[in-house]
Amino acid sequence: MLAFALKRLGLTLLVLVSVSIITFSLVRLAGDPAIALAGPEATSEEVEAVRTAYGFDRPLPAQYATWLGDVLKGDLGFSNILQRPVLEVVMERLPVTAKLAGLSVLFALIIAIPLGVVAAAKRNTIIDRLALSIAVVGQALPNFFFALVLILVLGVGLRWLPISGDKTFLHYIMPAIALGYFATPAIMRLTRAGMIEVLDSDYIRTARAMGLPRSRVVMKHALRNALIPVVSLTAVQLGFMLSGSIIVESVFSMNGIGRLGWQSIQRTDLEVMQALVLIISVIYLALNYMADLLNGLLDPRLRVQ
Amino acid sequence: MSLLNVENLTIDIAHPRGTLHAVRGVSFHVEKGETLCIVGESGCGKSLTSHALLGLSPRVAKVEAGALSFDGTDLRRLKERQWQKLRGLKMSMIFQDPMTSLNPSFTIGSLLEEVYMRHHPGGRSAARARAIEILKKVGMSNAEERLHQYPHQLSGGLRQRVMIAMGLICGPDLLIADEPTTALDVNIQLQILRLMQQLKEEMGLGIIFVTHDLGLVARFADRVAVMYAGRIVETAPVAELFANPCHPYTRALINCIPVPGKTRPGEPLGAIPGVVPSLIGPQSGCAFRDRCAHATPLCARALERKRDGAAHVYECHYTPEETAA
Ligand SMILES: Nc1ncnc2c1ncn2[C@@H]1O[C@H](COP(=O)(O)OP(=O)(O)O)[C@@H](O)[C@H]1O
Ligand SMILES: [Mg+2]
Repeated sequence: MLAFALKRLGLTLLVLVSVSIITFSLVRLAGDPAIALAGPEATSEEVEAVRTAYGFDRPLPAQYATWLGDVLKGDLGFSNILQRPVLEVVMERLPVTAKLAGLSVLFALIIAIPLGVVAAAKRNTIIDRLALSIAVVGQALPNFFFALVLILVLGVGLRWLPISGDKTFLHYIMPAIALGYFATPAIMRLTRAGMIEVLDSDYIRTARAMGLPRSRVVMKHALRNALIPVVSLTAVQLGFMLSGSIIVESVFSMNGIGRLGWQSIQRTDLEVMQALVLIISVIYLALNYMADLLNGLLDPRLRVQ
Repeated sequence: MSLLNVENLTIDIAHPRGTLHAVRGVSFHVEKGETLCIVGESGCGKSLTSHALLGLSPRVAKVEAGALSFDGTDLRRLKERQWQKLRGLKMSMIFQDPMTSLNPSFTIGSLLEEVYMRHHPGGRSAARARAIEILKKVGMSNAEERLHQYPHQLSGGLRQRVMIAMGLICGPDLLIADEPTTALDVNIQLQILRLMQQLKEEMGLGIIFVTHDLGLVARFADRVAVMYAGRIVETAPVAELFANPCHPYTRALINCIPVPGKTRPGEPLGAIPGVVPSLIGPQSGCAFRDRCAHATPLCARALERKRDGAAHVYECHYTPEETAA
């Protein structure tokens, strides 16, 4: 297991280096950072002065090394627009999005896995089709529309839940449903397909031939193997929700990083955008790494070469 | 009273072009401490028959029988829950492919203990002790260490030993083995069969050994049932069957067995000319008649069972003398 974990870690670090190079290049390619910093009214002498002062005249690899060193020390730069360190701005917003994404995935799993298991156990019956319909509605409705329906019904109509903000746990429920429902069909279908394949396998027949009760055959012998691909998909979905929560955060007025990204694009705050891309990528890779480890725990065959 | 008694078992499967009559009135019995071999070409209904004995028929199959009893229990009346109490405890089944028949996610120990604890409520330590005992019994060295290994860490032969251990951990009276050695190479094949033979003697086990290999039958059977196109065409004690085969199909099969010293390497093995008939739609007469050198128009008429001595039964319109080549 340790060798497996180390090997995957090496791969992850390699990808991380590439990601950091891409992020670094993005901003350099977006335009001349010296002009951006000096402002639109600056003379060409002033621009040159900024260029030397910030080191933009040095070769790119040297600039990358300096930038990477700063990043590793936790210095993600300074937002001239907000007049605050970028890290501070992002860290203020990250917990909101993290909570939202976590709850959304939890919601998606709670809905999708039982639906997938039931659909597989009752495949090609009305129950199967019903389960699929319940899951697919989530993807058929656009995110913002479903969010609005929730607001109208649960917020305005029944007055059960607050409709905007991120102060309490209750504020997260509707956004998490809106965001999580979108991931439900993919997870449900993968669970269903995995369960159908596994339920047809020889070792399930063995379990039945040894007299194990049906519930145990399905929940222990089948589900465990069927869930192996679901783990990876869930990690991807979670990463996707971290970056894809712009609409939901906007509809519910939550101050997460999705909204921060949108605001930064509007005010061309390159420093913040760069930091967001980097942080989201790192989280994404970390999630995938954890999914790999979890897969290693679930599937003993992966642990050996 | 026989350990297992099967009378007139039929299995129909719905097929787009009509009903597939996969098993058409099969009768046999197994005694305690006896090995019955069911032998026949691929597709003749051996697996459907053997799965039906444990109530493991595919959902699409319609199973009927005039009698289906095990140790005094009428299996036809069993509910799923009652089947579950019988399987693994009183009768077990092992399968063809040991590579795919063990759940890859669990250790050998937890697979074995689970079966034992299912039928013997009680602590894990008793189950563990029994697991070690049965692993030793199926000839596995380092039994304690094996408990912690996963199936993928074992060779095919060892996995099949684990399968046998699983099947026997609760000390059943009947073991059904559906081509248990077909996926293994020849040396391992013989080891596994000798092991089953030895366990049968030690535990007084009844065994149904399903195979397409008549050569193995000669070495390991007590009695033989020869299956063709969903019917048992001949059944006899093993020595009697080889000395005095009455059905032309049985004779054709025997002629296909390679003989050491006589069959030269590289020489094509004997094969019965022609193909197995389709079993879709109504069936009548002898199913072997299209491939039989002695067939006459009479062979399309309804068959009857004939006896040649007390334990030797066959289904042919003609006597062995008439069909002898
Ligand atoms: N689940 C099933 N669905 C449809 N047809 C089946 C099924 N199982 C077996 N059959 C058919 O029944 C016949 C007998 O199959 P089987 O008992 O597996 O043969 P054997 O084990 O002797 O090779 C074959 O023609 C096979 O195609
Ligand atoms: Mg078969």
